[in-house]
Amino acid sequence: MRVALFATCLGDTLFPEAVKSTAVLLARLGHDVVFPPQQTCCGQMHINTGYQREPTPLVQNFAEQFGDPSIEAVVMPSGSCAGSVRHQHEIVAARYGDAALQAGVATVKAKTYELSEFLVDVLDVTDVGAYFPHRVTYHPTCHSLRMLRVGEKPLRLLRAVECIDLVELPEADACCGFGGTFAVKNAETSSAMLRDKVRNITATGAEVCTAGDSSCLMHIGGGLSRLKAGTRTLHLAQILAATRTAPHPLVEALR
Amino acid sequence: MNSPADRAPNSTFVGMPTVPPRSPYGAGNLRGERAFPKAAHDELANEQLRRNLGRATHSIRAKRLAVTGELPDWEQLRDAGSAIKTDTMNRLPELLEQLERKVIEHGGTVHWARDGIEANEIVTRLVKGTGSDEVLKVKSMATQEIGLNEYLESQGITAYETDLAELIVQLAHDRPSHILVPAIHRNRDEIRDIFLQEIPGVDPGLDAVPAQLAAAARAYLREKFMTAKVAVSGANFGIAETGTLSVVESEGNGRMCLTVPETLITVMGIEKVLPRFQDLEVFLQLLPRSSTGERMNPYTSLWTGVTPGDGPQDFHLVLLDNGRTAALADAIGRAALNCIRCSACLNVCPVYERTGGHAYGSTYPGPIGAVLTPQLAGMHGAKDDPNSSLPYASSLCGACFDACPVKIDIPSLLVELRHQHTEQSGTTAEKLAMKAAATVMQRPKLFTAAQKAAGLGRLLAGRDGTISHLPPPFRGWSDSRDTPAPPRQSFRSWFASAEGAEAMRAAAAEGVRHPDDGIQETP
Repeated sequence: MRVALFATCLGDTLFPEAVKSTAVLLARLGHDVVFPPQQTCCGQMHINTGYQREPTPLVQNFAEQFGDPSIEAVVMPSGSCAGSVRHQHEIVAARYGDAALQAGVATVKAKTYELSEFLVDVLDVTDVGAYFPHRVTYHPTCHSLRMLRVGEKPLRLLRAVECIDLVELPEADACCGFGGTFAVKNAETSSAMLRDKVRNITATGAEVCTAGDSSCLMHIGGGLSRLKAGTRTLHLAQILAATRTAPHPLVEALR
Repeated sequence: MNSPADRAPNSTFVGMPTVPPRSPYGAGNLRGERAFPKAAHDELANEQLRRNLGRATHSIRAKRLAVTGELPDWEQLRDAGSAIKTDTMNRLPELLEQLERKVIEHGGTVHWARDGIEANEIVTRLVKGTGSDEVLKVKSMATQEIGLNEYLESQGITAYETDLAELIVQLAHDRPSHILVPAIHRNRDEIRDIFLQEIPGVDPGLDAVPAQLAAAARAYLREKFMTAKVAVSGANFGIAETGTLSVVESEGNGRMCLTVPETLITVMGIEKVLPRFQDLEVFLQLLPRSSTGERMNPYTSLWTGVTPGDGPQDFHLVLLDNGRTAALADAIGRAALNCIRCSACLNVCPVYERTGGHAYGSTYPGPIGAVLTPQLAGMHGAKDDPNSSLPYASSLCGACFDACPVKIDIPSLLVELRHQHTEQSGTTAEKLAMKAAATVMQRPKLFTAAQKAAGLGRLLAGRDGTISHLPPPFRGWSDSRDTPAPPRQSFRSWFASAEGAEAMRAAAAEGVRHPDDGIQETP
């Protein structure tokens, strides 16, 4: 399948390892991975902060870059960006775009997937041949959970990972408190939410907390790091892309 | 553009005002004094409040999940509730006129109040007309919204709250902080202290045992029930088909107020109307399960006008707008009027759980309050209107949408209100920054250059590769979170590099053996 990768602005800039893992994983599964180089950002930060006029060109650019009919699927390692493309782009297009943009947005929406959805629903794969001999806990990010309804898909993928010690996260479905600019505009409330999330994560004794969104992991990781909690964060794609022959550096660090 | 002349020639414009009136600025309880982040700052520091709230919301949440989970048709009930409410809003004027006709037919009197000021004046006039200077109150969000108790007091009339939690709040000279459990922020010991101080003649040996506390309140209220001539209630539902009003409650105090006094005055928000009597079957299942986690609420009172020789002989219904028509006129935001005030969204909201209800500054706190309050009262009544901070008092986690028994998409409504706010508030530093960010991000060359510039962030990083202090406006963020230093290479430059191309070639050549996907085996 010809799959276009949307790196997300955050993944591209701050968390390239998560995107590399996504690209490698899809290629390893036999797909033709392309990266439309004119892509930038889906505009979610703007839209969620209340700006719809300003990111209209971003919505347009997204529809143009991924509208190519030879692209069969648009895959991104982010539930929140996929949620924005699926649920918010059409709102922006209806308000500030023309008929062509509305049609473009509808076309791209229909072939946009978050990574775990693409693997489980489209490719019908749960065992991607990964190897990750660590204690891991999974945080289901709000937009993956409630905007996309990915449900158990990421957990099914994780359970199939060889040698993983997957432990349940108490109060897993509670928000970590990131919420984009919420963490800046309501930093103290966000911190209070983060403290509880970090406490629940460290209670599991996990070496790694994973999730499908780099943004939430940046928030959780920032809290873990500040408290010197010892648990580190890795994107779901980084665990799924680790194999016996190409193990994640964490495995090397243990040796 | 919207003048009647521009409309289709054969349509009749019946005179909907272009800007429907909102709740008047400065009246009632739909606006706090401080923006949400400032108010939340103080509430977050109150450890006792957080413990009280955390315990209460967790237990009510678990109860709700248990009783909604046992209904096989819960999702269909939610759909039915949503459909009935949407239909109601689509023909609200017609249904309200039908309700008015039916109430009058059954011997009641109907009053229309454009806003809280008018409603307060109507109720005061009616109470004074009875010659009484006391009224019993059934718990009512509408009268809380318009500040009726305070207004009555200014007119020499004393209002007695009869709901236990409302009584606690009233005796403590406090404000309610929850739609259903107004004293949720108080624990037993605090309640005992309030009773000892405020209830005349209370047993000084009163213990902080729920049964003893309830008995003390019961003894205090019993005397009021037996002597009061006037009661003021809200309404959970008003049935257009029959003119029947309904209140649901748990303590029996409501039933006492609705049956014993001679005069009953009901203040009902106009969105509480339901088309048919049969619609109650849906809402009397949705409401108690969503609000208190009970299969059925203990007391459901229904009354239709007046019945000679039975119950109040003088019944008045005050239909309150107070910004509801303004909300109805918003094609997207009107969904908030579907709210049945069950408070399920408060109990699952991680923001409410930490800040409590007072931080929202309004009678309606929590996620639905953050939507409803700015719609009823506006967000730009003055410079830096505290209500303009409410749509941002959410991480958009979506738990409220999942919990809502009538499926109000609260996160989308919050995003819509944020958009209305940014469109209505001229040029701000944030707007300029958002425009600049969009300009950079819509031009891949600029975006790539910005990524390289972001790499300079490494200069801020300590030896562990993280940044611990950021300048404003990100200072609040970095107070409790480290930020990773930007890596040397972006994904796009890796993908375009020889190293990236080689890694992708190797991955494609590798393939993976799978039991379940039919992809070719490793060569």
